[in-house]
Amino acid sequence: MSRLSIRDVSKTFPGHRRNAPTTQALLPIGLEVGDNDFITVLGPSGCGKSTLLRLVAGLETPTTGEIRLDGTRIVGAGADRGVVFQSYTLFPWLNVRQNICFGLREKGMKLSEQREISDRFIAQVGLRGFEDHFPKQLSGGMQQRVAIARALANDPKILLLDEPFGALDNQTRVLMQELLLGIWEQAQKTVMFITHDIDEAIFMASRVVVFSARPGRIKAEIEVGFPHPRHYTIKTSPEFMALKARLTEEIRVEAIAAAH
Amino acid sequence: MKLLVPVRRESRIVLGVAFFIVFVALWSFLSMSGAVPRHFLATPWQTVASGWNLFATQGFTHDVGMTIWRVVGGFLLAAIIAVPLGIAMGVYKPIEAFFEPFVSFARYLPASAFIPLLILWVGIGEAQKLTVIFIGCFFQLTLMITIIVSGTRRDLVEAAYTLGCKDTGVIRRVVLPGAAPDIAEALRQVLGLGWTYIIVAELIGASSGIGHMITDSQALMATDHIIAGIVVIGLVGLLSDLAFKKVNQHLFSWSLLR
Repeated sequence: MSRLSIRDVSKTFPGHRRNAPTTQALLPIGLEVGDNDFITVLGPSGCGKSTLLRLVAGLETPTTGEIRLDGTRIVGAGADRGVVFQSYTLFPWLNVRQNICFGLREKGMKLSEQREISDRFIAQVGLRGFEDHFPKQLSGGMQQRVAIARALANDPKILLLDEPFGALDNQTRVLMQELLLGIWEQAQKTVMFITHDIDEAIFMASRVVVFSARPGRIKAEIEVGFPHPRHYTIKTSPEFMALKARLTEEIRVEAIAAAH
Repeated sequence: MKLLVPVRRESRIVLGVAFFIVFVALWSFLSMSGAVPRHFLATPWQTVASGWNLFATQGFTHDVGMTIWRVVGGFLLAAIIAVPLGIAMGVYKPIEAFFEPFVSFARYLPASAFIPLLILWVGIGEAQKLTVIFIGCFFQLTLMITIIVSGTRRDLVEAAYTLGCKDTGVIRRVVLPGAAPDIAEALRQVLGLGWTYIIVAELIGASSGIGHMITDSQALMATDHIIAGIVVIGLVGLLSDLAFKKVNQHLFSWSLLR
């Protein structure tokens, strides 16, 4: 059974001014993401990979083609697709627990249930003791952990992450990757993760989808066969290195193309 | 003095008080030395004494009360309509396109210029005073709120949609709480604007109020009363401003976090 099915989807943005040229962000692409799959979408900046995520999230409408989730055509955003954005999007007037319960409250869930679920996810992202903190009192890494918990608390069919660790320092980013991978290994969710970081793309993925420079299209799909649970030490294994070398080559060509 | 470096709390208070002292000293010098004749400019002491006299024997409390109620009444009327309208204009762009050009135009119409017309239309009673304040506050407030609401963070709105909100949920749970501190601040500023219009409204055809007392005193050349009246307006304005600020800080403490 295939959970997410992207068929002939392309996206063209209109010009800002009248008669301005349109921008083709995405050439028609097809992609199937299976149940409990963890795919990473890797590409140089501006290649349209974020556009793909926004299309799946329902925040943009495709110019051609269609996207289906469990056979249902996607129209608009919905709670069945959880999104973690690159920018910090916690609601600054709500504390950590209220942020995590945002979607649950929208569903009209009982307070006791909300509390139970938020307790579980607060523990899972390691933020016990920070329930009453406001976003501005948290570091960037902690804010993104809350954002992940907020998306997961809604129990979406698929989790979409748009370079969520892009603004974090390197050490924090590595820890966050392990955290997310650990959650995925336990919870078994379908995940689509956008990144431009090759290590990140390989470490977490069961499959890496490589994007070309703009206009974006899928250049390669590479299976990553490392067994789970994965330990950070695999990053120095020869197999990992070989895969990294191959992806570096693929991406380098595109980055050069994008720079011209 | 270093650029943009804040001063300590104690020095700030000392400096703030110091200027009041300088001001009163200059005033005393001008009035007591005879540089300006007494009947044009009352001395500070005369002003305080006659201010006391106004409250103690001439029922000035009633005038102050009337003025406050007119400002607050006109301001509340304006706010009750301007807040929802501004929010609607901020989130729904066709509504903004419909009202915004007219509101922008109306904002530049001086409220005081309407006084002669308003006297013809609604007489010289309370309705006229309230309407002046309303005109002075309403258009300004509507535009300010429209701009505040238009500035709602798009990423937060998108996050809310992906968490299952529909349009009404986004307005109720993202737009409103996000804009609330700035809307409260706009209300505070516009209330101050109301104070500048009320006196003009009371200068013509009023039988009570601070402005009325000032016109009466002009006929009697009682500059001490006029100055006392002006000082009272300043103090009441300052107090209402401080109260507003405190309430805002209490209600929206999250927006003060750094």
